[in-house]
Amino acid sequence: MLQTVEEKVFALLPQTFGDYLEQLPPYHEQLTLDFSPSTAPPRKRWRNNGRSADFLADFLVTCLPEIETDMDRRRQAEIKDAVSYIANELLENAMKYSDQSQGTCTRIHLYFDGSCILFLTQNNVRPEAVQAFQGHIQELLNEDTQELYITRLEESVELENSGSGLGLLTMINDYDAKLSWKFEQVEEHGSPVAIAVTTMVQLEI
Amino acid sequence: MISFEADLTGEQDTAMEIVKDNYQVTYKSEDSTVYCKGSLRLHGQEEDYQQINSLLDQVIELEPPTVTLNLQELDFLNSLGINMLSKFVIKIRKKKFIKVIVQGAKDTPWQEKSLKNLQRLMPSLSLTLS
Repeated sequence: MLQTVEEKVFALLPQTFGDYLEQLPPYHEQLTLDFSPSTAPPRKRWRNNGRSADFLADFLVTCLPEIETDMDRRRQAEIKDAVSYIANELLENAMKYSDQSQGTCTRIHLYFDGSCILFLTQNNVRPEAVQAFQGHIQELLNEDTQELYITRLEESVELENSGSGLGLLTMINDYDAKLSWKFEQVEEHGSPVAIAVTTMVQLEI
Repeated sequence: MISFEADLTGEQDTAMEIVKDNYQVTYKSEDSTVYCKGSLRLHGQEEDYQQINSLLDQVIELEPPTVTLNLQELDFLNSLGINMLSKFVIKIRKKKFIKVIVQGAKDTPWQEKSLKNLQRLMPSLSLTLS
């Protein structure tokens, strides 16, 4: 029997890529933000990504030990900057690649256990976009990401595009972040209606 | 909107600038420097980065012997912005005769992490974080 692309994609789910933590360790501090797609026009939501990322970074700083030395101050500034950058990129990606037709929320969780910051973003993706997305994930996990970064940039000049996947590459290369993904089917009345992807970023501090 | 001011009677004393609520990009011909300030976390598909791209393309067309990119007051830059600056550096590299100096701030952590990548695109690029 012939299967449609959509059926083939659904048949493989759930799928994980990278070192995805199915069971989260007991994190002491956490914060979750949900964004409804209908509440603001895309341009305004885009601007809100930055504000939300800064809010998450400010929250995380409140969980860090008191500053006692200049080195602590520097370290705190680095962590705040990293959380702000990573959260902003994850929110921008979720907004760019979300299946807007589903009308579902985009969610970002931030967890902190004192030594590891965990980011999780959840959004729906279009079934026809899954294969290309997973191909891109395989490149990130299996290829030399430093080389890939330069290749993407050189290509973006030739192809006049905006450098696909650069945000994820900078997280890996510049922030030593570990990335992983989980694809699951979303069901309604027992039938699959959408595909949800969770992007997990682990940042040791 | 890019404002373009040229003193047609003088020695091409040119200033181009984009001023928005949360960022500012200015090119001053007297020191051949592009100043980027504020927070550049803009949308790639919309006009925001295209405007800055056109300003940067105009700077390349002016063909100054050296271009300085002053990012010392640039607090945030998203990956679309990193792409924009990288493209600028690649386009200048293709010109061969234009030198590039990038000035950053060591107190802005993302700059220490990410600006070195510009040097990987153009090894002769001079990067200073102060």
